[in-house]
Formats: sequence, C-alpha cells, structure tokens
Amino acid sequence: MSNATVAALPASKATVNDQIKYRSQAVAKPYFVAAIGLFIGQILFGLIIGLQYFKGDFLFPAIPFGTARMVHTNLLIVWLLFGFMGAGYFLIPEECERELYSPKLAIITFWVFLVAGALTILGYLGLPYNVLAHLTGNDLLPTMGRGYLEQPLITKVGIVLVALSFLFNLSMTLLSGRKTSISIVMMLGLWGLAIFFLFSFVNPNNLVLDKYFWWWVVHLWVEGVWELIMGAMLAFVLVKVTGVDREIIEKWLYLIIAMTLITGIIGTGHHYFWIGTPGYWQLLGSVFSALEPVPFFMMTVFAFNMVKRRRREHPNQAATLWALGTGVMSFLGAGVWGFLGTLSVVNYYTHGTQLTAAHGHMAFYGAYAMVVLTMISYTMPLLRGREANSAAAQKLEKTAFWVMTLAIVGITLSLTAAAVTQVSLQRLSAAPLSFMETQQHIMPMYWARFGFGLCFFTGLMMYVTSFFVTGKRES
Amino acid sequence: MSASFTKSTARNIFYGGSVFFFLIFLGLTVDTTLAVPSHNAKAQLTDAAVRGKKIWETRNCAGCHTLLGEGAFFAPELGNVYVRRGPEFIKGWMKAMPTNVPGRRQMPQFNLNDAQLDDLVAFLKYSSQINTNNWPPNIEG
Repeated sequence: MSNATVAALPASKATVNDQIKYRSQAVAKPYFVAAIGLFIGQILFGLIIGLQYFKGDFLFPAIPFGTARMVHTNLLIVWLLFGFMGAGYFLIPEECERELYSPKLAIITFWVFLVAGALTILGYLGLPYNVLAHLTGNDLLPTMGRGYLEQPLITKVGIVLVALSFLFNLSMTLLSGRKTSISIVMMLGLWGLAIFFLFSFVNPNNLVLDKYFWWWVVHLWVEGVWELIMGAMLAFVLVKVTGVDREIIEKWLYLIIAMTLITGIIGTGHHYFWIGTPGYWQLLGSVFSALEPVPFFMMTVFAFNMVKRRRREHPNQAATLWALGTGVMSFLGAGVWGFLGTLSVVNYYTHGTQLTAAHGHMAFYGAYAMVVLTMISYTMPLLRGREANSAAAQKLEKTAFWVMTLAIVGITLSLTAAAVTQVSLQRLSAAPLSFMETQQHIMPMYWARFGFGLCFFTGLMMYVTSFFVTGKRES
Repeated sequence: MSASFTKSTARNIFYGGSVFFFLIFLGLTVDTTLAVPSHNAKAQLTDAAVRGKKIWETRNCAGCHTLLGEGAFFAPELGNVYVRRGPEFIKGWMKAMPTNVPGRRQMPQFNLNDAQLDDLVAFLKYSSQINTNNWPPNIEG
C-alpha cells in the first residue's frame, strides 16, 4: 500500500487491529454500517405501506403508497448492495492474501454511493415522480417507472460507475493475488450483477419486450448471479467458523451454483407465462423453475453438514446461527414459497396476487438479508478488534435473529392466507368479486402482517442494540 | 459425496452447465423476440400508446397497480381495465381522484390534461390487446 492509501484508512485503525489479516479490509466497516442504517429505513417504510393496506389514507397525500413502496424496495436493494460490497472488500483481500488494490478508491466509492442513494430517496419523497423524471434526463432515455428500477437515469449511471469502481478494485486485487474458488465465484457473481444491471437501460416501447428484458435484471439477479454471491459469502464464513477443509466446502459451492444456473436461467421462463410471450414458456418455465428449490435445499444441507463436521469451536456462535438460518430460510422462502406459485397451471390463478408478496418477503430476507447479516456477524467483531463479541452481545444478537426470523415467518403466513382468500374470491369463484371488494375480505390478514412487521422492527432494534452491548468477552 | 467426485468435476459442471443453458436461453430469446409481433398481432402499438406508456412510467403507476400481473398489489389490475371499465370511465376516474373517503386507499391526482388522458387510455387499450394466453382467469383481473 502506498502512503496515500494508508492515509485514506480511518485514523482509529492506526492502533493495529490484529484480528484482521490485511489492514485494507477495514474499508468494509463503513459499508456494513451504512447497510444496517438503510435496512432500518427499509423496515420503517415497510411499516408505512403495511399500515396503508388497511388504513388506506394514512400519510396521504404526503407519502402515497406507491412512493413509500418504491422507497421500501429501493432501500432493500441498496442496503443489500452495500452489504455485498462490504463483503467483497473484506473477503477478496483475505482470500487473495494481499491488501486491497486501492482502499482509498473504496472509501471514495462508498461516499459517492451513499450520497447518490440518499439524494435519490430524497428525490422520491420530495418531488412528484414525473418532475423527478423530467429533471434527471428520463426524456433522453426513459428507464424509470418499472418495479425495482425506478431510479432516475443519473442514479442508474451512478450505480454503474460505482459498480465499475468496485469491480476494478477487487479484480485488480484478485489478479495479483491467490485465486481461490470462493473468490472467483464471488467475483463472477458481482460481475454478473453489474452486467445484468445494464438491462435496466433497455426499455422497448413494446410492453412485451419491456417486460421480457426487465426480468433479465430482476430474475437473473435474485434467481441467478446473486446466488453466486450468496454461496461465496456463505462458503467463506463456513470455512472460517467450522474449520472444515476448504476443498470440501468449495466442491459444495460449485455444485450448488451449478444447480442454481442450470435451473435458474431457463427458470426465468416462469415470468413469461402471461405477458404476451409464446406458449412454450409455460412448459419450460414450469419445469426448470420447479427445480430451482434444489440448489437452495443443497444450501441448507451444506450449511448444516459443515457445522456438524466442524473441526473447531469458533467463539462467534451468532455468526454460525446466521449461517444456518440463511440456509433454512432461503430454502423455505425462495425454494418452497417460490415453488408454490411457479407451475403455470397454478400460476394462472396466483399470478399478481399476495402470494408473490409472501414469497418475496421470505425469499429476500432468507437468502439475501440473512446472508449479508451472516457476513456482518462474522466480520464486524473482527473489524472492531475482537474475535467474537461478548456473551451478552451474542445473546442479544441471537435473540434478535429469532425475533426477526419468526416475524418474517408470520408476515409470510399472513400474506399466504391473504393470497388464498384473494385467489378463491377473485380468481376461482364462479361469481368473482372485484379487486377492491376482495381486499375488504383480506383486512384481518393485513392487520396480522402489520403486527408481525412491528415484531420484525423490534427484532431489528434488538439487533442494532447488540452492537452496543459490552460485557465480558468469551474466551 | 464420494471422494472420486472432485472439486474440479463440480467446477466443470458449473461452467459447462451455465454456458450451455445460457446459450439455450439466448436462442429462446431470439425466437421469442421474433415471435412476439405475430403472437400479438391484435396489439396496436400506436404513437399515442407509446406516449401513454411514458405517462404510465413517469407517474409510477406500477407502484400500486399490476399490469399483466406485474407491479404492486395495492390496487386493481390494469392490463384489462380498458375492457372492464372502458375509456370514458378511466378518464373520469383519473379526474375524480383522490376520493378522500376516510380510511379508504387513496390514489393521487396526477393533473393530466385531456391529451395525456387520451394517450394513457391508448396505452391501456394496447395493453388489453396483448395476447396473454387467456390470463387473467376472469374480467376482475
């Protein structure tokens, strides 16, 4: 590292932290702090829209549902990206056995991403969406107003630049360092993330093609390349906390992500049933997406197997719990709940109902939120100069794990009950009710969902508090 | 897993399988792209509909509604609203928002002029003409 890059590190790191192998790994810390901060924001806006489902005029017209939902989903993506980036900056130097190519660039990138993200959210909340679109160049290249990709053009360009800076930094580190399977899979996932995001700039006038390529971002992210990132992060933590031979863990990793892409790429077809695409997608999408639970099931078996075969007792038990939890919850949320509506004969009735919301909540939490929290749980004590947190802090973190996880189960079951009601009254009935009439019958489920949402927020607050609990360290 | 099944076997399955299925996916994408016009022969993507799509996007309609089942689940499906309600109802509805009925879900007033409303209706008409393989199951969406 040059003097300039050393100077870019936070001053407090001048006192040597012997828990991290490479000083430049410390750049991960602000990324994780920001991720947790944005996570809190995501849940607050989730509570607003959860409430608006049964108290429709809440905060209207100041924050209409559509605006709050956009903030909810965009904060989700941004905090997960912060988490992935922090994980990359920690994991790649460790795996490559060298300092990060440029810690200074990583810190600059952090502030650019944080400020751009914050301005975008303020733009959503402070301006009418069409005014924001007009001011930010949407007339030049219309990309806005599509789910998850609501960001203004300049934000999208900013995301690409941030991703390029991040990938350049990590790729330069990898090129001149040790190349492990974990680091290569992580980099493949991250490059894939950036490359498929470029389809967010593709917005044909033809609605069918617009939707077709929209899924190249959304599906090929969460049911494709993000699973590579997830697998690499999980494998990295399992190597650390279990001490199991890397060869075994990496063999599992390749097998899991092989199944992910073998099933998940053509599995995109489960979104091509009813959007104006040819009928053959009903067969292809059903068959391949029905197999998508397989890699998630392997993820669960993998996590439990490695922990069972552990060769050491790592003092960070909370991290191990998160690693097992993400294995189970990603299988339930992405695998089982994804399967519920994926066959075209079922999807014909469930498409566009609360079943999608039920699946989405548990899958995003179980796979991506939890794997980022796994990584944070493992790395943050190290970044703060200790192998593991105190027993008291870990106890609170583990309680928070259970509160948040059970709350997501509650949210998912409430929304599933909502979906069953909606499908039977609005879709299956011989005398179908209108959408809004049906909603009146679902109100109790929305109340329950909001209640579980409050539980989730409580769990999140406990989680945040666990960072401030001191106490005697576990030896 | 048996010892004869090595990491490099697993890696080869990953690279080989991924490339193979991605190439198939690309082939299917070419086929779909070519088939979309004839599959949707009845869908008239007029200039007005193209302008209407921009209005749909810049008012974040998908923040509450679904369109062909995709979007948000807070408000009714609009892919077939042209058939369900008709053009005059849609325009009247847009002008009447918000209802301000206490406790009821509220839709913002977007202050669209008559030309913009016509464009939006043209887009919804186009959406309703897309060949969705008979989805939704009934007119209620």
